[in-house]
Amino acid sequence: MSDRPGEEPTVEKAPDQPAARERHPGEQGVWEGALAIGKGMATVFKQTFRPDNTERYPSEIAPIPERSHIGRHLLNTHEDGLEKCIGCELCAFACPADAIWVEGADNDPEAPVSPGERYAKDYQINYLRCIMCGLCVEACPTRALTLTDYYELSFTSREDAIWTKEQLLEPPPPFGTDPVDREG
Amino acid sequence: MADAPTTPVTPRANDVDPAVDARTGEIRQETMIINMGPQHPSTHGVLRLLLELDGETVLKCTPIIGYLHTGIEKNTEYRTWMQGVTFVTRADYLSPFFNELGYCLAVERLLGIEAPPRAQVIRVLMNELNRISSHLVWLATGGLELGAVSVMLYGFREREVLLDIFEEVTGLRMNHAYIRIGGVIMDLPDEGLRKIERFLEDMPKRIDDYERLLDENPIWLERNVGVGVLSAEKALALGVTGPVLRAAGVATDVRKDAPYCGYETYDFEVPVSHDADAYARYRLRLVEMRESMKIVRQCLERLREPGPVMIEDPKVAWPAKLSVGADGIGNDPAYVTHIMEESMEALIHHFKMVTEGVEVPAGEVYQAVESPRGELGFYVVSNGEHRPYRVKIRDPSFVNLQAIPTMVEGFLVADAIAAIASIDPVMGGVDR
Repeated sequence: MSDRPGEEPTVEKAPDQPAARERHPGEQGVWEGALAIGKGMATVFKQTFRPDNTERYPSEIAPIPERSHIGRHLLNTHEDGLEKCIGCELCAFACPADAIWVEGADNDPEAPVSPGERYAKDYQINYLRCIMCGLCVEACPTRALTLTDYYELSFTSREDAIWTKEQLLEPPPPFGTDPVDREG
Repeated sequence: MADAPTTPVTPRANDVDPAVDARTGEIRQETMIINMGPQHPSTHGVLRLLLELDGETVLKCTPIIGYLHTGIEKNTEYRTWMQGVTFVTRADYLSPFFNELGYCLAVERLLGIEAPPRAQVIRVLMNELNRISSHLVWLATGGLELGAVSVMLYGFREREVLLDIFEEVTGLRMNHAYIRIGGVIMDLPDEGLRKIERFLEDMPKRIDDYERLLDENPIWLERNVGVGVLSAEKALALGVTGPVLRAAGVATDVRKDAPYCGYETYDFEVPVSHDADAYARYRLRLVEMRESMKIVRQCLERLREPGPVMIEDPKVAWPAKLSVGADGIGNDPAYVTHIMEESMEALIHHFKMVTEGVEVPAGEVYQAVESPRGELGFYVVSNGEHRPYRVKIRDPSFVNLQAIPTMVEGFLVADAIAAIASIDPVMGGVDR
């Protein structure tokens, strides 16, 4: 009743009742009740012929919607091998969960890591904090950071949950890869 | 503390007083106090009820909350206005779009702006789909609590289809952060629209199934009819809103009373019932699902016209332009080229928007939306900075929980379960 502040709560009962029920339990005879249960059973039986929605993970891995960003991040590189990340820390600023740690440094002109003046000396994402909201990739001005749909993120310790720059630069393996193989 | 026992004391059966007094031979008349929850499967999350029982009858019921406190309201005070969306969406986790919409509408009112028409239609569309998915969880869990396991499976099965739609549209199944200040983050994908249409074809038949299964089922009637009665007078006095109030015969719906996002232009009914019991709420929610589908159909009709989904004003609009590539989802390469190579001003603006965000003029505003559980209000205060001064969420679950003692006291324990299920509390929203 947000539009009428301060007004005394008067009970205005609406006249029509499209949701009103048709019968009370007391009015139901034994046969009527049995019939209702039978009808319900028939409905349940009918479900047998419906295709089921169950995904048989991990033996069959269902395709994921295109936009899905339920998975890990990926740090991208240019075709010439230089990193796209310029260490600007915008992703860390945008992150509402404080999951990202970036430490920028000046590029060595002889052997640059990224085009331009700066690069990310250290880049870490804590997947115990990350909420996959995607604000970091929306903030990234160079598309250095993207969110993938690779959701098979399991770890056994808090330290393992913090992904380092090297791990984030690695493209995700195909789905269903054993985590033991993943670590090599 | 010299008298403290040095060895641990373990209570044994003989330590408990017998039910029959050995001297007088009388049965002792004492009430029993038991805890229901916080880990009881029938309490919808971590609700704890302190029940004083006389046999099977509940004499006194005290709901105890706070087990899922996440500090969402407080956290938003330390983040930018735009980041606030990612927090509030997690309050009532079964209706994330409503939380996002309420927050964004409140901030937009403070800013004095309005999202473009297409964004408004998308917001309504996602909200109504979310209402169906939330009601499906209510039906599933409520059914399970009363022993109807098939209903649980059906409810979650149909909800899965909706979560797929949400993932197709927003990229996430829950807690989407999709509705943003000034619009929505991305336009609807074609595949998402197709999935919605398929869902609309299939869903009415599924609701027919639920009705055939439950409407006249003697067990369902016994457990629900006349249970958890809350009269309109009591409901209004307690501030109860949503289906619980409408089941008592009061036709309140924020969508009709104080329309937002153009709800006044949609054709839909607000179902009302007069029985005020758990069964009336069940019937009402099924009708509401059908009404929501009616609104979704009208939305799809309106979405034929293309248009912007984010406000044009660059001082308010979130600067991201997303696109999906082989490397996942990220800023569109064309936009990256624009800010990195073409326009220094655009780059500075991008940095300003991400680090500081939108500046909201000082003021306070209360914005309500009709969530599946009732009136979801956002009271937002700004002192003219880049982050909120206060965001207070008036969550319907929290307010409706107050009605539990009224609905439960004097009735059986088994009825308490049905009564709680019928008001559909979500503890994430209660504790925030």
